[in-house]
Amino acid sequence: MSISKQIVDDFVANDIAFVTTVPCKQLGGVIEEVEARPEIYHIPSNKEDEGMGLCAGAYMGGKRPAIIMQNTAIGVTINTLVTLTQFYRMPLPMLISFRGELMEPVACQAEMAIHTKPLLQQLGIPTYHFHKQDDVRELDAILKYTFMSSKPVAILTDATFWGGY
Amino acid sequence: MIRSEILREIAPILRDQLVVCNIGLPSQELHMIDDQPTNFYMLGTMGLASSIGLGLALSQPKTVVVIDGDGSVLTNLGTLPTIANNVADNYILLIVDNGSYGSTGDQPTYAGKKTSLAKVAEACGCENVVECRAEETGEVLQKAIDGRKMTVIVCKCESGNVKVPVITKDPVVIRDRFMQAVAS
Ligand SMILES: Cc1ncc(C[n+]2csc(CCOP(=O)(O)OP(=O)(O)O)c2C)c(N)n1
Ligand SMILES: [Mg+2]
Repeated sequence: MSISKQIVDDFVANDIAFVTTVPCKQLGGVIEEVEARPEIYHIPSNKEDEGMGLCAGAYMGGKRPAIIMQNTAIGVTINTLVTLTQFYRMPLPMLISFRGELMEPVACQAEMAIHTKPLLQQLGIPTYHFHKQDDVRELDAILKYTFMSSKPVAILTDATFWGGY
Repeated sequence: MIRSEILREIAPILRDQLVVCNIGLPSQELHMIDDQPTNFYMLGTMGLASSIGLGLALSQPKTVVVIDGDGSVLTNLGTLPTIANNVADNYILLIVDNGSYGSTGDQPTYAGKKTSLAKVAEACGCENVVECRAEETGEVLQKAIDGRKMTVIVCKCESGNVKVPVITKDPVVIRDRFMQAVAS
């Protein structure tokens, strides 16, 4: 089974029914899989903070949301994570491509990669890092933990996890 | 007419709807005029009222009215294509366009200059866009609710604010009360 299919199976098994995305090359497969599932309303957003607003509304409307985005979007969404998702105490699984790690071909990506974990730690966001393919086995537990704790939770997925570029 | 006068006039219409209200004075004024469990007050996060309202409208059947501001729509202009391409006929975006950042002291916005938010919304693909004068807001809003078609209303009004206390309710209380009203 493909890794993207496994991930989206876990989404569906955890009743995630509203997913917003901003593409990253590494996330192409998983976004395609989200789009293909009838259980999920896929709503592409133009910016990740907008996407988090959509997710907040969906959550209050009774649907479990998730966002799929690149780690550079942490820089875009800090205010929203703090003053909306955390302040109103809402759950939000964030499946994040961790660009700028080993095997990265684009130098600019290394810049935000350096800041990604420190920013998440500073924000008090529980963070999991998928490096080996097997790490995906923890996703189900991470999703359950996210909705149990009503917090935004980051799942960083690096190039090694996705099998290179 | 200024924003608070419009809100006072449409409060009886808003009462029966789910309302997502913009940061700053709009929320403070609505909270003072007619606090309801069906109101979701934004206490921060400028720009996202329209997005929160869209997510809500797409996830449950009740009518959602978003009270937004011109400055906030300008800061999250990407919201309009998303609205246009994800039609929810229980969604009404009411942009109170006072041509200014009212909550921070009425600094002018581009919507009060050359930029027409109604035309931007149309260009983004929104199908029912109505620009109206402040005095017509109640009538236009009621018609949009009754019509059950996704509608963007741009209400052109004067800038100006009234003295109003800040909202001291806990955000989690606001959210929980609102979610119970949504589910009831
Ligand atoms: C990121 C960010 N920048 C600036 C502000 C300050 N701010 C709060 S409300 C507001 C004005 C909003 O204007 P508009 O949406 O037109 O609403 P109005 O108050 O005019 O009804 C501004 C600039 C903020 N809260 N967040
Ligand atoms: Mg304004």
